[in-house]
Amino acid sequence: MPQKENLGIVETQFFTFAQPPHEMVLESGVKFGPITIAYETYGTLNHNKSNAILVFHSLSMDAHAAGYHKGDKNPGWWDAMIGPGKALDTNKYFIISSNVLGSCKGSTGPASINEKTNKPYGLSFPMITISDMVNAQKYLIDHLGVKKLLSVVGGSMGGLQALLWVVNYRDIVSSVIAIATNTRQTAQQIAFHEVGRQAIMSDPDWQKGDYYGKSIPAKGLALARMIGHITYMSDQSMDEKFGRKLITKERIGFDFSQDFEVENYLKYRGDSFVQRFDANCYLYLSKALDHFDLVKGGDLTRAFKNVRANFLVIAFTSDWLYPAYQSRDMVRAIKANDLDVSYVEVKSSYGHDAFLVEIEGESHLISHFLSRMAKEHIK
Amino acid sequence: MSNPPNINRLDHRMIFDWIEPNSKVLDLGCGDGELLSHLIQHKAVKGTGIEINEKAIYKCIERGLTVSHGDIDSALSDYSTKRFDYVILNESLQQVLHPEKVIIEALRVGKKIIVGIPNFCHWRARVQIFFRGKVPVTKELPFQWYDTPNLRFLSLKDFRNFCREKGITIVEQKAIAVNQAILFRPNVFARIGLFLLQKR
Repeated sequence: MPQKENLGIVETQFFTFAQPPHEMVLESGVKFGPITIAYETYGTLNHNKSNAILVFHSLSMDAHAAGYHKGDKNPGWWDAMIGPGKALDTNKYFIISSNVLGSCKGSTGPASINEKTNKPYGLSFPMITISDMVNAQKYLIDHLGVKKLLSVVGGSMGGLQALLWVVNYRDIVSSVIAIATNTRQTAQQIAFHEVGRQAIMSDPDWQKGDYYGKSIPAKGLALARMIGHITYMSDQSMDEKFGRKLITKERIGFDFSQDFEVENYLKYRGDSFVQRFDANCYLYLSKALDHFDLVKGGDLTRAFKNVRANFLVIAFTSDWLYPAYQSRDMVRAIKANDLDVSYVEVKSSYGHDAFLVEIEGESHLISHFLSRMAKEHIK
Repeated sequence: MSNPPNINRLDHRMIFDWIEPNSKVLDLGCGDGELLSHLIQHKAVKGTGIEINEKAIYKCIERGLTVSHGDIDSALSDYSTKRFDYVILNESLQQVLHPEKVIIEALRVGKKIIVGIPNFCHWRARVQIFFRGKVPVTKELPFQWYDTPNLRFLSLKDFRNFCREKGITIVEQKAIAVNQAILFRPNVFARIGLFLLQKR
């Protein structure tokens, strides 16, 4: 095995396009621009531009997937997977990590300043979909001079983007790695998102989204994150991590103060999320998730018609937010189109979070799958 | 296609010889993908495996194979009719829940199927039953009754009878004793039977 190294210092870059009157047409029909997309790249695009891989993040993450930002103690969110000698090997591949339209992490979103009013968009920001995110990313790869993608890779919401890339841009994408994801958001997922949104919108500080420069709806956003966090873990991983451990007390207090470690953990997670995320952005992105349906009421098999890419689908046994059976259904539909698909159900107790935690198994699968793709597609 | 491969397992070598170059192959219970890998490298087949063991899957992906994690009983319904030239069921049929259904489905999905089974009526097994009064434990069936993955116990003769009853044509059959092919009384002396089948 080659030596795994760290990427060192990296920087987020920004690309702005869709300047009026050439706005991007959103799925809703609304014309919108200008749009800025934050992104990072690692590695080098080879001379015939055949080694590019596009990486997508999950709901609350950003373009900073690997390496360190100057002065930061922690690396990007998928640093264990991206770098020299790692699964997404920057010695071989040109990795593009793209933020999404609607995000609060450097791309245009509800917290961005509307040039026309000089104020943050708030709820005047248009409704966006995963398809809009993907179309905005297409502008980005065009800007980078990338005509073909060796692979598109993502977990959770990132997996939805990867699937839409392969369906919407079938001539560009050679392979897709879809991790802990599905082909349509289910009633349960929508239900959890809605509870999160209600938590935000019922915070008096939310003010119909017009809270910028004032008191932010911290309680609502923290509560939304707490709910989300529960869905990312599993019964087993929570019990192993916290069990019935008490915070600092000798015994359970007979009042409504926090007793258990798990309560403390969720509070910490919620509070720290408020420091780094925008409440309106959470509303917009969770709604974009809800609208995602590759099937659009039809037959899932048809969704993959005329697709030519090779697939690697990875699910985790304890993931109950994106259960493995949904990946199996996807694999069945892909097979029904006579497409090349490998499917692995990784045994893990980490729930949906497994896609960020089970690095060893994922690295093995992804590095070898990509080696095959490189052999078949890099000329 | 490259030089003839060095295939260690005799059953793999025999299956390898049956398969025409450039065909499409589904290996049900492909293990670590050794056979599929030989077929892809040396016969330019387009191969897919089904495997239940997660560790074996990792090895398959490492070999650059296309493989799906799952059990044989439910895997075949994913594929369209005559999608493959060959469906291989080597050393796996005795472990499925519904062998008849699996064979019928395999014959739908594949133009031909190859079945490899351990012979439960090998003479060593017969001796153990007859003289020692014990359920046999042999090289090909090395498990005790309480921990065997095998759900079905059959002889080469049982399998031939099954094919006759179900209207399945045995195109070719081979019997393996200790790492060599045998012709004489295979139901007694063969440890493994291999069958190339198609629908009548």
